[in-house]
Amino acid sequence: MTKVAVVLFPGTNCELDTAEALSNLGADARIVWHSESDLAGFDGVVLPGGFAHGDYLRTGAIARFSPVMKAVAAMAGAGRPVLGICNGFQVLCEAGLLPGGFIANRGLSFLCKWVDLEVADQGSMLTAGLRPGTHLRLPLNSYEGNFVAGSTEARVVLTYRDNINGSDRAAAAVANEAGNVVGVMPHPERASADWLGSADGNLLLGSFLQASAA
Amino acid sequence: MAITRRPEIADPEGATVKKALTDLGYNEVRTVRFDRAITLDIEEDDASRARDRAVEMCNRLLVNPVLEDYTVEVEA
Repeated sequence: MTKVAVVLFPGTNCELDTAEALSNLGADARIVWHSESDLAGFDGVVLPGGFAHGDYLRTGAIARFSPVMKAVAAMAGAGRPVLGICNGFQVLCEAGLLPGGFIANRGLSFLCKWVDLEVADQGSMLTAGLRPGTHLRLPLNSYEGNFVAGSTEARVVLTYRDNINGSDRAAAAVANEAGNVVGVMPHPERASADWLGSADGNLLLGSFLQASAA
Repeated sequence: MAITRRPEIADPEGATVKKALTDLGYNEVRTVRFDRAITLDIEEDDASRARDRAVEMCNRLLVNPVLEDYTVEVEA
């Protein structure tokens, strides 16, 4: 069984939903406290959404120094799948495992709504097997979800069909060059069953698990 | 430490406040930028060493170089 770690920082609040969605897809998903410095035995790792370390200073800025992040960086370097969802995406950017950063949404609204996405690049572990142009429907829940590529060459793998928060290149998900580290701003785990409104998130989480099993 | 948003990065707070000022009739306002100041009380007698440490803190934690620039000022 594919064994994946779901990291819990102080202030994370999506770890249970994320672990449940992954378990429903057949994974052995374990919640791992952020002080853990060893992720040996895990096939993949997820940094779920929330407000790690209160999001003080900047979103993700302090979480980057949690002991677990050395192990996350080691997994990223070894080519293992590393997925950041929402706040987890912000943490991966602050940690330098993904390019770019985040600022407040255009229009300064906290956005809590369903968004339509389009697959832009199937070369990442999150979008493998999804044809470019495929449409997905996921919930977005963020204030600082406005992705800024800066001077970096961000590899955008999912885009917002209407760029609701002002992100550079309408980026909803960004990968590293190798494609094994991906951050996604909307929440695939909250679109993991029809009764939630959409099961499209399972396509992404399934790709993550498939990459983890490989 | 004065931490400023890099000029090429959008400032949604600044843009919104500029609009509010314009609505109040302050048409002379060209731009509004939201910068941050962080003040540290450091136990260190040597000003240049205090500055070096503060710069290191900016580079490691306090500033995100993708989004921000900074200057450090030391007062005795």
